[in-house]
Amino acid sequence: MSAGTHHGMGARTGPPTADSQTDVRMDGTSGLRHERDATPGSAGLGRVGRRPMVRGREFRSYYGLPVLNEPTWKDHDIAGYLFLGGLAGASATLAAAAELTGRPDLARAGKVGAAGALAGSLYSLIHDLGRPERFINMLRVFKVTSPMSVGTWILTAFGPQCFAAAGTAVTGWFPRLGRAATVGAGLTGTAVATYTAALISDTAVPAWHDGYREMPFLFAGSAAASAGGLGMLAAPLAEAAPARRAAVLGAAVESVAARRMERRLGHVGEPLRRSRLLRLGAALSLGGALAGQVLGGRSRAAAVAAGAALLAGSACTRFGIFHAGMESAGDPAYTVEPQRRRLARAEAERDLG
Amino acid sequence: MNERVWPVLRQLTGKDRLGKGAAVRSAATAALRARTAGADRVVKSVCPYCAVGCAQNVYVKDEKVVHIEGDPDSPISRGRLCPKGAATLQLTTDSRRARKALYRPPHAADWQEIDLDTAMDMVADRIIATRRATWEAEHEGKRTNRTMGIASLGGATLDNEENYLIKKLLTALGVIQIENQARVCHSSTVVGLGTSFGRGGATTFMQDLVHSDCVVIQGSNFAEAHPVGFQWVMEAKARGAVVIHVDPRFTRTSALADLHVPIRAGSDVAFLGGIINHVLSNELYFRDYVLHYTNAATILREDYRDAEDLDGLFSGFDPDTRTYVTDSWEYEGMPVVTATGTSEEAARGVGGRVPEGWSEMHGAAGATLTGTAQRDETLRHPRCVLQVLARHFARYTPEMVERVCGVPQDLFAEVCRHLTENSGPDRTSEFVYAVGWTQHSDGSQFIRAASILQLLLGNIGRPGGGIQALRGHASIQGSSDIPTLFNLLPGYIPMPHAHEHQTLADFLRSDAPHQGFWADMPAYLVSLLKAWWGPSARPDNDFRFDWLPRMTGSHSTYDTVLAQLDGTCKGYILLGENPAVGSANTRMQRLGMAKLDWLVVRDLNLIESATWWKDGPEIETGELVTEDIGTEVFFLPAATHTEKSGSFTNTNRLLQWHHRAVDPEGDARSDLWFMYHLGRIIREKLAGSADPVDAPILDLTWDYPVEGEQGEPVAEAVLAEINGWDAEGRPLSRYTQLKGDGSTVCGCWIYCGVYADGVNQAARRKPADEQDWIASEWAWAWPANRRVLYNRASARPDGHPWSERKKLVWWDEAAGHWAGFDEPDFERDKPPGYRPPEGASGTAALSGTDPFIMQPDGKGWLFAPAGVVDGPLPTHYEPQDSPVVNPLYGHQRNPARKVYEHPDNRYHPSGHEPGASVYPYVVTTYRLTEHFTAGGMSRGTPYLAELQPEMFCEVSPELAAERGLVHGGWATIITARNAIEARVMVTDRMPSLHLDGRVVHQIGLPFHFGPNGLARGDAANELSSISLDPNSHIQEVKALSADIRPGRRPRGPALREMVAAYRERAGIVAGTGTEV
Amino acid sequence: MDLETALPGARDEEAGYAERPARMGFFTDTSVCIGCKACEVACKEWNAVPDDLTAFTGMSYDNTVGLGADSWRHVAFIEQRKPLGHQTPGVGDMDFRWLMASDVCKHCTHAACLDVCPTGSLFRTEYGTVVVQQDICNGCGYCVPACPFGVIGKRESDGLAAKCTLCYDRLQVGQEPACAKTCPTDSIQFGELDELRERAERRLERLRESGVSSARLYGHDPDDGVGGTGAFFLLLDEPEVYGLPPDPVVTTRDLPSMWRHAGAAAAALLVGLAAVAWKGRRR
Ligand SMILES: Nc1nc2c(c(=O)[nH]1)N[C@H]1C(S)=C(S)[C@@H](COP(=O)(O)OP(=O)(O)OC[C@H]3O[C@@H](n4cnc5c(=O)[nH]c(N)nc54)[C@H](O)[C@@H]3O)O[C@H]1N2
Ligand SMILES: Nc1nc2c(c(=O)[nH]1)N[C@H]1C(S)=C(S)[C@@H](COP(=O)(O)OP(=O)(O)OC[C@H]3O[C@@H](n4cnc5c(=O)[nH]c(N)nc54)[C@H](O)[C@@H]3O)O[C@H]1N2
Ligand code: SF4
Ligand code: SF4
Ligand code: SF4
Ligand code: SF4
Ligand code: SF4
Ligand SMILES: [Mo]
Repeated sequence: MSAGTHHGMGARTGPPTADSQTDVRMDGTSGLRHERDATPGSAGLGRVGRRPMVRGREFRSYYGLPVLNEPTWKDHDIAGYLFLGGLAGASATLAAAAELTGRPDLARAGKVGAAGALAGSLYSLIHDLGRPERFINMLRVFKVTSPMSVGTWILTAFGPQCFAAAGTAVTGWFPRLGRAATVGAGLTGTAVATYTAALISDTAVPAWHDGYREMPFLFAGSAAASAGGLGMLAAPLAEAAPARRAAVLGAAVESVAARRMERRLGHVGEPLRRSRLLRLGAALSLGGALAGQVLGGRSRAAAVAAGAALLAGSACTRFGIFHAGMESAGDPAYTVEPQRRRLARAEAERDLG
Repeated sequence: MNERVWPVLRQLTGKDRLGKGAAVRSAATAALRARTAGADRVVKSVCPYCAVGCAQNVYVKDEKVVHIEGDPDSPISRGRLCPKGAATLQLTTDSRRARKALYRPPHAADWQEIDLDTAMDMVADRIIATRRATWEAEHEGKRTNRTMGIASLGGATLDNEENYLIKKLLTALGVIQIENQARVCHSSTVVGLGTSFGRGGATTFMQDLVHSDCVVIQGSNFAEAHPVGFQWVMEAKARGAVVIHVDPRFTRTSALADLHVPIRAGSDVAFLGGIINHVLSNELYFRDYVLHYTNAATILREDYRDAEDLDGLFSGFDPDTRTYVTDSWEYEGMPVVTATGTSEEAARGVGGRVPEGWSEMHGAAGATLTGTAQRDETLRHPRCVLQVLARHFARYTPEMVERVCGVPQDLFAEVCRHLTENSGPDRTSEFVYAVGWTQHSDGSQFIRAASILQLLLGNIGRPGGGIQALRGHASIQGSSDIPTLFNLLPGYIPMPHAHEHQTLADFLRSDAPHQGFWADMPAYLVSLLKAWWGPSARPDNDFRFDWLPRMTGSHSTYDTVLAQLDGTCKGYILLGENPAVGSANTRMQRLGMAKLDWLVVRDLNLIESATWWKDGPEIETGELVTEDIGTEVFFLPAATHTEKSGSFTNTNRLLQWHHRAVDPEGDARSDLWFMYHLGRIIREKLAGSADPVDAPILDLTWDYPVEGEQGEPVAEAVLAEINGWDAEGRPLSRYTQLKGDGSTVCGCWIYCGVYADGVNQAARRKPADEQDWIASEWAWAWPANRRVLYNRASARPDGHPWSERKKLVWWDEAAGHWAGFDEPDFERDKPPGYRPPEGASGTAALSGTDPFIMQPDGKGWLFAPAGVVDGPLPTHYEPQDSPVVNPLYGHQRNPARKVYEHPDNRYHPSGHEPGASVYPYVVTTYRLTEHFTAGGMSRGTPYLAELQPEMFCEVSPELAAERGLVHGGWATIITARNAIEARVMVTDRMPSLHLDGRVVHQIGLPFHFGPNGLARGDAANELSSISLDPNSHIQEVKALSADIRPGRRPRGPALREMVAAYRERAGIVAGTGTEV
Repeated sequence: MDLETALPGARDEEAGYAERPARMGFFTDTSVCIGCKACEVACKEWNAVPDDLTAFTGMSYDNTVGLGADSWRHVAFIEQRKPLGHQTPGVGDMDFRWLMASDVCKHCTHAACLDVCPTGSLFRTEYGTVVVQQDICNGCGYCVPACPFGVIGKRESDGLAAKCTLCYDRLQVGQEPACAKTCPTDSIQFGELDELRERAERRLERLRESGVSSARLYGHDPDDGVGGTGAFFLLLDEPEVYGLPPDPVVTTRDLPSMWRHAGAAAAALLVGLAAVAWKGRRR
């Protein structure tokens, strides 16, 4: 018997290659491999055919699906909350200013309006919770990293003062307490009106996040405009001058901030630029403010119309921002492309440096 | 930190100022612990889905199963589970599971609840009455002692103990139409591997894949159908092995392979033949191995004519009966005897032919020959097997492979290169296949082709080599070993045939000299008869051999369907099988059931086979009307694997015990309970009967101990009977202890040893990391706990390993016995130098260099002189329905295939035949990782159903363009049998093939879907026909032809009209496609 | 409290635990994933995540679609006409590869979800993982748009946010997460993050050597926009192909600036409103 000889076999009969450890070992299967895993396609030849593939660096995604999960926030709740919160905050501040500058009717209108808007905004906020009965859990923690937590504490400071201010204004009870509350609410109101900008900007939603520089001004402006509108609606013409000026100032700031944001955001700004609600909001706000300024001091009807337009304009703006954000989250291009550009920039910088 | 303190305070006082961690943790969170840690007990179990046999830990709390996960101790699965295994908690505990016994009276519109005891009583009555009414003492003048009025189906999902009781009770009742999934799944494996090597099981075990240098996966979608087993392919790959996947589709297996070779479904014999030709013509075979361990040198008879000479036929073909007279295939001077007879005539059975269903007896040992083979050690004799082989495969050139299979020649050359470079003394290659090979009208020959190739390359019996047959269900191997199959008795002892085996002496021919292990058949059979009829089985009454019902032909599950349609078969018991979805031509299955008097369905869920009478597709088309259907239907909910104890035999012949974790709820009961109590009730009802027909039942040993409130039989007591005991009642420890004199009892000789020393060896669970890689102390494998079969071949003829790298078992000269890592599959003390004395019989007739100890000549069979009915060598034929012409031979289809001419089972014109172009595309059917078989265990299991929620078809972009199919839209697929609709998946993974100057498009259909459950769709098997491999009666569902068009299928009667219109257009009539 | 140090920084990871075990995480090596989805199922079984049966999506073999409240693991399937190392795909004359990858919560070093959560429901565990406390969450939904990876979701049925917990309950008793344990090919590897990162580097090198030039790590870099992730990946194509953001940044990185801008706007509002009232004051 020709022990060990081996006729007829193919080329390779030498010792196993370094890579191949398929010999039988008494010591079992462990500790032989330098890694745990197999390498795909390591022994193939590649494609057999010869047709080259032309590949560009086109935008790619996973079946066109968004990268981000769709925010579960409902527009009527959250956009409504943004609007009402702004209205409440700015109205409280305007009311305080009115009170301190001797315009009691405008002040009362502002205080009541702020309280009403606050109630509405709290309703929206709680309504949007998956477990409304656990609203109170917001007070478990104070998280500076969470605008919603910070906002909750701001509201905790603002809310009682706002309601106290309104309550005392309507009833006439406890005037000193009322004044303190009015001033307190007026001071905290500005935070109520603007923290919501941080709230929505502090997400991965491209249009919201990237707009974080302008967003607070936009919101502040919009809040001021709506507060002005409310003032025009509710206060006598004689006292409403600050409201009319607030409306003009607010609408102007809102417009400028919005235009700046849309421009600065470039590609990601598309949903904002496309937004009909934003166009409408801007038109209503600016129109309302202008009308208020020009006619609102003379005609009650004009003041009411202008005030309503301002309120509607502010609401449209917030809904517009909300929906533009949702749109930017729903299209993977707004998530991927800016990140790609950022990476390319970083790479270029690295290459230079 | 105290979790009850207000977190803001904790923020201010602790380190977590930001309130992101410790400060905000709640008390509930702090108390959180895994429920596994709090379980009352952990019960060891085995996954109930597929045959990989992954081990599970079942966590029980308050008598409820609270979690199931992988058992890391298992050497096979190492704690991992695929999605199905991972979903077993839901499978077993979901509230949607059926837990109430239901009854549908004849003609009723709906189910009604029924008391379990009443149902059992009624079923017993039905069985007794039908048996009486249909008793057939004789058939064509021969004693048959049987009833053709009752049939059963199912067993692969059940425990060995349950299969044992089914076979025992039903056989005693005279039922012969006992079948299970093994028929439709891997029966051709038993034939292919059994005739080639001597045993019908995979030659190796899962973990040994790590030693392979090249793994060829062909006819299997390993990563999807046996995902946890696939980790061993990844292990091999990590160690440098080449992985090749040959499959019509680019699958999840291909995605991880080095090479994916697209192949036309049904053309593998041509592909493998091409490699064989490459190996032979370039002399790349492992000569020493081939010379000593195969029958390459054996001389054949002069009158043998090859397919090469007869244009695709072998000598001995009789066109009238479409069968072969096989004597010209024998070795020169070494006539064939079957294990159960000596004479050539007897061996060839009825009319000089091998009786139906006999090829499968090679599940545990090869065919028997007598005499001495003549050999030419130079391998040059023109009639020596190697030369015949070379001639036979000479026409299987790379060009031919391309023309038949659509495999580009450069790709084919790559496969040849890898395989041959990775075979030899130092290297080994392994083939892995499953039902991509078995389910063809010549499926047995697919496996024969691989066996030949692996023998030529010297890869059998060696580490990292072998042929891994990946079996299907958790215990499909077990349900073949302890067969709920019409043609076999436990341990692959053939069922007696009326025309041949009237007496035990006829059957055993025990006076004749036998070579090899079948020589001990009398001992196996007598011990079995003793197990069944105890003291009543005595030498003077042939040990009650008479009481075994006799076969008279094929009684396979498909023959049973025809028997139902013609009214012969009246009662049907489904024990965990869903033919209304899983079997070929499902419409016929349902039409057959609609003709029954009674139907018993035992299942976990209300499967289609249980509800067809009220919501089946034929109700929708109006072909059947519920009120007109007289079938009485019983639905009895089954217990799951966590609710009963028993053993599964996995794909590598490993018996693994699963322990009951909890009792089943409601009316759910184990099948062991059902069979035992059914037998008990029937025996009580028949008690005192003097009718000799009832004697086999009354004398049956049926006294199993029961336990618990539900009266559950003790499964280990059944295992003990399967294992057997000696005259003193002591458990046997190996089958060599069995005797033919009636002093030993053994229910299944190949399982003898599983209860050695009275210890349940199948329940052994020594952790993998406390053993070597063979892990021989994890459970128990037949035969005799050997893991790599024929492992004597891992050593050279002189007993030394072929190489240091690939040593497994060797002759230890000093110790005087075989030694090694594995249990030697060889007589321990037989030295390599042993040569049989003249006239030796039994195992003594095998020499010390014959590794294939179950073969009469001890050799691996390149050429099969016996055991295969459609040719001693594999030959490429086209599938029954094929749009392609067979370029190799004048015979388009397998001449010996089994076809059934029936109006509901029309075949297509094929190749050049007019009308073939009406069904121009190749269809193949297959599995998805996420579902299981006919869907009863996955479509109703939400976590699995949601992963693949709907039936779909896979088509290439080219085909989609040609037929206007839209991705995500609907398509209708039509054959002569039926039409189905499916959602369209257009994908590059379904390549169109270029062959013989034309483009052949293929359509892929997962076969899991049906109308019930959560994930639904039309069943692929509405399209398939009953056309069978003649050896094993397996159906051809892997390759057929069809048309496809966009849109949904018609509803109502319009569906049948469309199918008929297609048939008309194709000119299909009664005889179409049944030509030789 | 000082805003600057309060924002993402080294202290973030520590989260105030007196004693901390090593930071645990996942290395998901997608190059050996067989797309079996066992991880998805094992996760659902273990955590009793509700099923969410949908219809056929046509997205290759992916019918889960993405991560969310009811899918804490998601296996992506990508069919591409591109080569994979030296693999011979054998589908016509073109390149082809089928990528599969199991996605999961990244357990970011700087986790936006956690940062913005107003209730403290989301918190960092002692293992450095990020977990929702089901008894605390009030369903405000803030975490959902905050996550730059689109991981966390809010469930309709109970109104709570939900995502991978990295099997916090199992870690507590020394058990490996359910998904990693079940993974047949070890595509999901669980362990100490530092060790996993080293292993991943070696793996990357090995893959590149063997010709898989498209292999890259994702989330392993502590200097990226989220400070590196606790669950990181070996990918075979650009992240966005798998639905992952190529350069995610934790939104709170810009929060100090946001606060400054918001403060300025608030001050401006105060001044502005005071100014409009000042003119024509009556007192
Ligand atoms: N997930 C899952 N696992 C399972 C099952 C399941 O239903 N689901 N079922 C279990 C059962 S019962 C069984 S039997 C096994 C079956 O396991 P497999 O045989 O692996 O399963 P299939 O998908 O039916 O077929 C395998 C492959 O054969 C290919 N094929 C079809 N025709 C041909 C052909 O002519 N030639 C070649 N070379 N390939 C062909 C198909 O494209 C398919 O990829 O799986 C078991 N495991
Ligand atoms: N077209 C096409 N057809 C095919 C195939 C193919 O590849 N293509 N493959 C074929 C193959 S390989 C097979 S194996 C068959 C499978 O076909 P079937 O065996 O008919 O399919 P399953 O769904 O596995 O049916 C098993 C049933 O057993 C039930 N069951 C599970 N455990 C138990 C138990 O303990 N007791 C009882 N009483 N019931 C239980 C399950 O709920 C399930 O309904 O399909 C075959 N059909
Ligand atoms: S189905 Fe098969 S591979 Fe999957 S867990 Fe069960 S036994 Fe293992
Ligand atoms: S379990 Fe592992 S292999 Fe399977 S899909 Fe998940 S990661 Fe991939
Ligand atoms: S991936 Fe998203 S959900 Fe997960 S930790 Fe990071 S931010 Fe939170
Ligand atoms: S939804 Fe729950 S987890 Fe998410 S931020 Fe709100 S409270 Fe926190
Ligand atoms: S770690 Fe646990 S919770 Fe997270 S995906 Fe894996 S199994 Fe699910
Ligand atoms: Mo099967």
